Amino acid sequence: MAYSDKVLDHYNNPRNVGSLDKGAANVGTGIVGAPECGDVMKLQVRVNDATGIIEEAKFKTFGCGSAIASSSLATEWLKGKTVDEALAIKNTDIVNELSLPPVKIHCSVLAEDAIKAAITDYKTKQGAAQPAAEALKA
Amino acid sequence: MSAMPIYLDNHATTPLDPRVLDAMIPFFKEQFGNAASRNHAFGWVAEEAVEKSRQQIASLIGATAKEIIFTSGATESNNLAIKGVAEMYAERGNHIITAATEHKAILDTCKRLEKNGIRVTYLPVQANGLVDLDMLREALTGKTILVSIMYANNEIGVVQPIGEIGKLCKERGILLHTDAVQAAGKIPVDVLADNIDLLSLSGHKLYGPKGVGALYVRRRSPRVQLTAQMDGGGHERGMRSGTLNVPGIVGLGAACEIARQEMPEESKRMAYLRDKLKDRLMAELDETFINGTMESRLPNNLNISFAYVEGESLLMGINDVAVSSGSACTSATLEPSYVLKALGAGDEIAHSSIRFGIGRFNTEQEVDYVAGKVISVVKKLRELSPLYEMVKEGIDLSKVEWTAH
Repeated sequence: MAYSDKVLDHYNNPRNVGSLDKGAANVGTGIVGAPECGDVMKLQVRVNDATGIIEEAKFKTFGCGSAIASSSLATEWLKGKTVDEALAIKNTDIVNELSLPPVKIHCSVLAEDAIKAAITDYKTKQGAAQPAAEALKA
Repeated sequence: MSAMPIYLDNHATTPLDPRVLDAMIPFFKEQFGNAASRNHAFGWVAEEAVEKSRQQIASLIGATAKEIIFTSGATESNNLAIKGVAEMYAERGNHIITAATEHKAILDTCKRLEKNGIRVTYLPVQANGLVDLDMLREALTGKTILVSIMYANNEIGVVQPIGEIGKLCKERGILLHTDAVQAAGKIPVDVLADNIDLLSLSGHKLYGPKGVGALYVRRRSPRVQLTAQMDGGGHERGMRSGTLNVPGIVGLGAACEIARQEMPEESKRMAYLRDKLKDRLMAELDETFINGTMESRLPNNLNISFAYVEGESLLMGINDVAVSSGSACTSATLEPSYVLKALGAGDEIAHSSIRFGIGRFNTEQEVDYVAGKVISVVKKLRELSPLYEMVKEGIDLSKVEWTAH
């Protein structure tokens, strides 16, 4: 199978590889997929609490080149977006940007799921932190 | 670096040996006769060439020339052997035994027969890839007419105990067919010593041409009969009609002759290169596992799983090397290798596997290059792998709740 130039570029020069402190309150972590299915994505965002803007995004992916490219691209798109803007990223946007063939669409779906999982994790943490903060004020 | 990748996929196909091509060329040109033309020199020359090839093939596997039937390749040989026996021996029984790790040309042929009332037992294999002889013995019934077990596996290269299987079948009066596509020309094969009744082989797996193969059909003790699967002019003792592919047949014969003569030295060279590749990969990469036993294996095969690295992404990183993977992403069906799954080690092993098939035209320099390249790409991909990171943090992956999709 021939890969698109953009997939090759992300595979050869993956952006934002790495990990953030998953214990931090302003870091959301999403891990999706399963080893027996052949792909696992870990996507993390660090959000500025004051502005609600994603300042940093990191990924690590076990999967084919298209899965690596999809998650690499996702981290690029996440940076600078608000949490709600991040949730608007659709797998079809990734498919179009990377020119993924039909058999690789599930890679983009996984990337969208990873974004949603990371944001949900962040929001859950914030929700849990909120009452504590209010309790401090009182 | 040349424009084409280094070819280490010699289980898929092999390049044509130039000596084989030289032998074939005249039969594309001036010696174009039909081997069935009995009354002129064009026919005689073609027939003589075909008979020479029959003898060359027979010599490679310990058979006699008359026991060799020409086909279009091993898929046809396998179909003819299994369907031909099922039909011919229908009155004797309706049970066939094969193994889970056979090639699709065997498995799908058996599945077809199941629709026609044949009962098929698909033996599981042990973790080392080998058939359990006790399990085979227990599977034999009074209705069993055929056992079909491959000589050597095309993915993991393990060599089945065909001699012992042959002995068992002989004692029970059951026919034994073996798909020897990967074994013939690579390791010694002897149909008499192993009590093999039917054997399939293919030209393009032993440095011969594509589109030609052979089926060995035993003529003595017992005399095996087959129902032809193609109707026509009654060529090949009535078992396989169709004008003979003379250039292809000449090429197959020449390829068998070369393989037989060079096997003693060549198999040592293959094992040396394969072991060098294996030892270096195993020494420089952790969490790396060999699929299938090394104790009983083709000298040119290595099938390795690099844990926490997905096979297709690895192939992408070593794009100047031609190998194949058991990963789902590299298969037409998007399913991981059923052969590796049959070893019972989990789908992860299949997703992370690479098959190296070393061949006659590979050099030590190429193998060294490939080892270095694979090592660097695996290391790079592990930097990217969340699984490798989790394992290094001491997380037990089997206890993680994954969101399977």
